[in-house]
Amino acid sequence: MKNLIILGAGTAGTTMANLLQKRLKNTEWNIKIIDKNTIHYYQPGFLFLPFDLYKPKQVKKPIEQFIPSGVELIQQEIDKIEVEANEVLLTDGTKVPYDVLIIATGTDIAPQEIDGMLGEHWHQDVFDFYTYTGAKNLRDKLREWKGGELVVHIAEMPIKCPVAPLEFAFLADSFFRNKEMRDKVNITYVTPLGGAFTKPKATEALNYLLEEKGIRIVPDFNIESVDGANKKILDYGGKEVNYDLLVTVPTNMGSPVMERSGIGDDLNFVPTNKATLQTLVKDNIFAIGDATNIPASKAGSVAHFESEILTENVMRYIKDEPLKEDFDGHANCFIETGNGKALLIDFNYTHEPVTGTFPFPGVGPLRLLKESHMNHLGKLAFRWIYWNMLIKGKHIPFVSAQMSEAGKDFSNN
Amino acid sequence: MDKLLAGNNVAVTEDGYLEDFNQWSKEIASEIAAEYGITLGEDHWKVILYIQEQYEKGVPLSIRSIGKSGVVSIKEFYQLFPDGPLKRASKIAGIPKPVSCI
Repeated sequence: MKNLIILGAGTAGTTMANLLQKRLKNTEWNIKIIDKNTIHYYQPGFLFLPFDLYKPKQVKKPIEQFIPSGVELIQQEIDKIEVEANEVLLTDGTKVPYDVLIIATGTDIAPQEIDGMLGEHWHQDVFDFYTYTGAKNLRDKLREWKGGELVVHIAEMPIKCPVAPLEFAFLADSFFRNKEMRDKVNITYVTPLGGAFTKPKATEALNYLLEEKGIRIVPDFNIESVDGANKKILDYGGKEVNYDLLVTVPTNMGSPVMERSGIGDDLNFVPTNKATLQTLVKDNIFAIGDATNIPASKAGSVAHFESEILTENVMRYIKDEPLKEDFDGHANCFIETGNGKALLIDFNYTHEPVTGTFPFPGVGPLRLLKESHMNHLGKLAFRWIYWNMLIKGKHIPFVSAQMSEAGKDFSNN
Repeated sequence: MDKLLAGNNVAVTEDGYLEDFNQWSKEIASEIAAEYGITLGEDHWKVILYIQEQYEKGVPLSIRSIGKSGVVSIKEFYQLFPDGPLKRASKIAGIPKPVSCI
């Protein structure tokens, strides 16, 4: 028997377990998935939790519920990968040998990377919403907050779901309007980027929305430290922004397992071929989702598109066939803009988000880069798709792994 | 488009980044730096050479990676190239505009 090991049972790892269980012969392959956690979180829901739009139980389910029978779930902490020996070492001393390894350990926030971010003020008036605890504590804070300076902040790129902080700012605007206290809140969006987003066309559309909603933007802000006592953030160039409530996306880093194994970059992301998803570490190690260093968005949709291509390439690797260089960086993200509306963007390595219709060219029903209620319904429907189709490795109709150029307006590119 | 830099017609992008690194020279670097009011000294050149080396190796640059390079600290990097040090240093070094396309 041969062994295929998946590290991490989040979106990418769980999807891979489901897809490979259907493809690999159980008389020839053992599939094992290792994750110390017992809860699978629906992470897109962390955006809604602070505003009481989702209940906690809507965003968490047991991990084991999504691991197919025939795949062994090992709930232990990973110490490191022994690349030369083709083994995964667990912290309890167990060695798990592999023939093929898939790294799907994701990314996590690293507030300790920013001077002064952690401290007495953490989860008192400085919050993250990228963890379940952060989102829930922020919900409790927002229920009682009387207003003042709300600063929504990104520490440094890359971050998971790069549109989430913007969505947070939009939803905050809507939230305070509904509570009839928008006049008591100033919202400032502080980013290390030159504008609202990483791609020029989308930035134009999003800058406009920020203006419309009266959200001030402070671009090119590279944070040096948080001064928790005086409630301000400082950047390396000497700029300062005051806050009463700071909602920050701290530095995002890959798993410390990569550092211990000596295979990560300076943020613990794994150097990976952006077209095949084979790592540059060794031929029998592949990586998927947020754990890689490829220049695609760190997002569930990307992991989903990657999973189809990675499954194909793992099968080819096993049969000693050349890998398909098929991954094009496809990402597809709903952007909540508040008041029951959302934008949709669809892009890849080479094509930035543009206007158009999706998924049916000329028909829709979803509109690209334009606000609509239908897009918002699409985002809400996505939770059901996630739990029932996406992580179970079922194909989502009409949406292909590679980006389609049909129905899109590239005329101004 | 072309721009006259240190007596040469140099192909640059809309934002003023060199299209072709082969056209770069130290004189051109000094002239771009002067547009930002920066006079290039020994420390500037150390950083410029470092980011050119990284660019030639195909290593993506970030403010964090430069801070960890041992060449300069992030604070010093800001002092050398104020307001957007990575963008400015890249332009002066003749390499493409840094992308955080993610």
